[in-house]
Amino acid sequence: MALPFPFSAIVGQDEMKLGLMLTAVDPTIGGVLVLGERGTGKSTTVRALAALLPPMRTIAGCRYNCDPDGPLRGECEGCRGEGPPKAIKVPIPVVDLPLGATEDRVVGALDLERALSHGEKRFEPGLLAKAHRGFLYIDEVNLLEDHLVDLLLDVAASGENLVEREGLSVRHGARLVLVGSGNPEEGELRPQLLDRFGLSVEVTTPQDLKTRVEIVRRRDDFERDREGFSAAWKRKESGLRRKIVKAREALSDVEVPDAALERAAGFCMSLGTDGLRGELTLVRAARALAALEGRPAVGDAELRRVAPSALRHRLRRDPLDDVSSTVRIERLLEEAFAA
Amino acid sequence: MSDPAPPDPRSEPVSDRTDPWELALTAATLLAVDPRGLGGIRIRAHAGPVRDEWLASFRDVLPGGDPVRRLPIHIGEDRLLGGLDLAATLGSGRPVAERGLLAATDGGVIVAPMAERLAPATVALLCAAIDTGEVAVERDGMSGRDVARIAVVALDESVSEDEGVAPPLSDRLAFALDLTAVSHRETLAGSLDPEAVRDARHRLADVQVEDRFLEALCAGALALGVDSLRAPLLGLRTARAHAALEGRDRVEESDVALAAQLVLAPRATQFPASEPPQDAEPPPEDPAEDAAEDPGQGETEKPLEDRVLKAAEAVIPADLLEALTRGRMIRGASASGRRGQTGKAKRRGRPAGVVRGDPRRGDRLNVIATLRAAAPWQRLRDGGSGRVVVKVDDFRATRFKQPVETVTIFVVDASGSSALHRLAEAKGAVELLLADCYVRRDQVALIAFRGEGAELLLPPTRSLVRAKRSLAGLAGGGGTPLAAGIDMAAALADSVRRRGQTPGVVFLTDGRANIARDGSPGRAAAGEQARQAASAFGALDMASVLIDTSPRPQSEAAALADAMAARYLPLPHADSAALSQAVRASGMAGPSPRRVAS
Repeated sequence: MALPFPFSAIVGQDEMKLGLMLTAVDPTIGGVLVLGERGTGKSTTVRALAALLPPMRTIAGCRYNCDPDGPLRGECEGCRGEGPPKAIKVPIPVVDLPLGATEDRVVGALDLERALSHGEKRFEPGLLAKAHRGFLYIDEVNLLEDHLVDLLLDVAASGENLVEREGLSVRHGARLVLVGSGNPEEGELRPQLLDRFGLSVEVTTPQDLKTRVEIVRRRDDFERDREGFSAAWKRKESGLRRKIVKAREALSDVEVPDAALERAAGFCMSLGTDGLRGELTLVRAARALAALEGRPAVGDAELRRVAPSALRHRLRRDPLDDVSSTVRIERLLEEAFAA
Repeated sequence: MSDPAPPDPRSEPVSDRTDPWELALTAATLLAVDPRGLGGIRIRAHAGPVRDEWLASFRDVLPGGDPVRRLPIHIGEDRLLGGLDLAATLGSGRPVAERGLLAATDGGVIVAPMAERLAPATVALLCAAIDTGEVAVERDGMSGRDVARIAVVALDESVSEDEGVAPPLSDRLAFALDLTAVSHRETLAGSLDPEAVRDARHRLADVQVEDRFLEALCAGALALGVDSLRAPLLGLRTARAHAALEGRDRVEESDVALAAQLVLAPRATQFPASEPPQDAEPPPEDPAEDAAEDPGQGETEKPLEDRVLKAAEAVIPADLLEALTRGRMIRGASASGRRGQTGKAKRRGRPAGVVRGDPRRGDRLNVIATLRAAAPWQRLRDGGSGRVVVKVDDFRATRFKQPVETVTIFVVDASGSSALHRLAEAKGAVELLLADCYVRRDQVALIAFRGEGAELLLPPTRSLVRAKRSLAGLAGGGGTPLAAGIDMAAALADSVRRRGQTPGVVFLTDGRANIARDGSPGRAAAGEQARQAASAFGALDMASVLIDTSPRPQSEAAALADAMAARYLPLPHADSAALSQAVRASGMAGPSPRRVAS
């Protein structure tokens, strides 16, 4: 695959970058939705993430990215071999779900080649298996076909993929972080799908000249000499990667004091968000942020910083209210944290 | 000030060259120099000799060996991306992959006629190929990547403003040209040189650009209200390609000026130094002022950015200002074309699973599913011949689900004194319905009539964001051109129906017309015309409701409703909630109007 644009070389778009890094630190946050106009670097940033992620351990020969220490070990056909499993290190997968993908490629299907040449019934894993324990990136998520959306909702909720088709019956783990991007002007997202994304970030084109010049210059430099450009940014990239690795290790030690939990709960109540997912995501994202910044405990500062992304898409919509969700959250944040 | 018969476009000072045909030829040459970097070109023209001439010139100037392929309008994803080669698969007994159109055009150009009607999925695939230079195939049980470094020539044949090439695609194509006004006689001059293009390609990588030129392009884009950062980037590449074409290894001002003309100007949403377009009324004297001070001032005294802007301005279509005063930004106008296409794609239905079927009954055979069904039996069936034996029992057909979309059209009387209140409530009702709509995937449109005519304020959409923006600018007052309103509603409903969607029309009026179709006042004529329009509307047999909004319901509105074969609902003090309730109750935007058409 062609060399991606380095993550650290992306100018601005801090909320989006932070959101992606937080889910890299704690995948249970549950995905990022990036909404914005064309030409704001949405796809570039998400594709750049792949290069930034530290490797993960998996079982050699396993077609489902099984975790050697995980609970699903032994249940999938790939790991049922004799003897102790051999663990290997592979890059964390970032899988593209192209807009034209068919259902059989997403969930997996009968392996045609085996079936035709050997008369053997064998399951060929799909994109969900490929993206297990990694990221699934859906560009133009608001244009995704309904039946694929249903399928993704089901998998995202259960963390596993159940296939019953063509006489096959297969179950395999599919815990994945959904990353979606889209332009809200081209269609709305189903509320159910919206709710599945842990964080939602809004991106806009920067309006000041200096930033714009810098973005265009870097992009142009990159296009002209991909290898050279990537080499020049290598140190920054590996610095960022180390930061993520450290944060992952520190995550379980970050304390979430009762005061912070109460704050989060109170805040969600005053915003009137539906369900508990908002609170949960808010606390998890704040914890990941604390880990990323090397702080021992979650405080107001962390909650405040991640609150807009964690709650923006969960506000109950009043179609007659012209004020955007971001503004409403900011207003309430002012009140909540002023005291 | 310029030579009357310019034979060689390149010898002219760039800022004076505004002849569309010559710009078109320059664009063709530049695109041939750097097809991959520039992404392509969008040409608005009717099918005809002018367009053919341009395409022929472009083909001539492309160095040999670059493939040029046409994109059939209804191409399926399987052919675009590649998939299973059926004949080879059946013959050999194992899956054989087939390259799609995108991969087969690697290093070349895809020509897309009727680009304004491309399905959104096709557009997305083209965009992905332009972005990454490869196609990702995830279908028919195959998975892989093919190199597909392509440029796209999008032939835009749209007639009305509402159509247009989908914004994601046009944003990625460096150039946009309008050849509709070019006559065939003008196209004869000019032959292009493929040798020069070949040389320029070699030189391209070494062309240097000074920072001030880059800054000028970025500043120019900002001043013209171009948001996307792809614009200055594509401008930069254009300047570089032009410098290479001229045999230079440094970009000069003329290159940047040309880039501004070719790349920035077509994307402009405002004239420089005017108010942002949201303001709806940019001071019209601005361009005139600029033009006036032009000849006296020496070119060198002005900063670079101004000169770049000047070049761009020279080719900005004169009606841009008009478009802006009407509050219709270029972006908004083309976005609505897309909605309709989504509807079209839906009409044929989307695949919803596979059932046992028989192609002789007209079912659409699903080859992959059929093969999968046949596969487990091959050992038993064939006698070692190595061929795949498929029996009737194996046939699988794709089932299509065709959601029937509803488009609710509001026709609002925005005239008179009570207009403001009524309008506010209608706006509220539209937004309330829309909030439901995106769950059900239904659409809403809004027509307002007042003063001298009717206006389509909100083309059919399900985007809350767009609806809000259009509704915000809705004004009231003036006379009641009821006939014009009914006419427009009939036309819109008819076009909606032709798209395969189900229209429902909601009129909010008191039924008292006082402006005739030609804009002249007069109660009698206006009333007569309104009745005519109403019975013409009634003949269309459309689901409709007339909500009488006058304080004391009168017979005029009821008679009108009768002529239109519409339900009559007197709701003198309707608020948003009551309106949307009434519409829902009348079954036009009912809770789930989906059907499965087999």
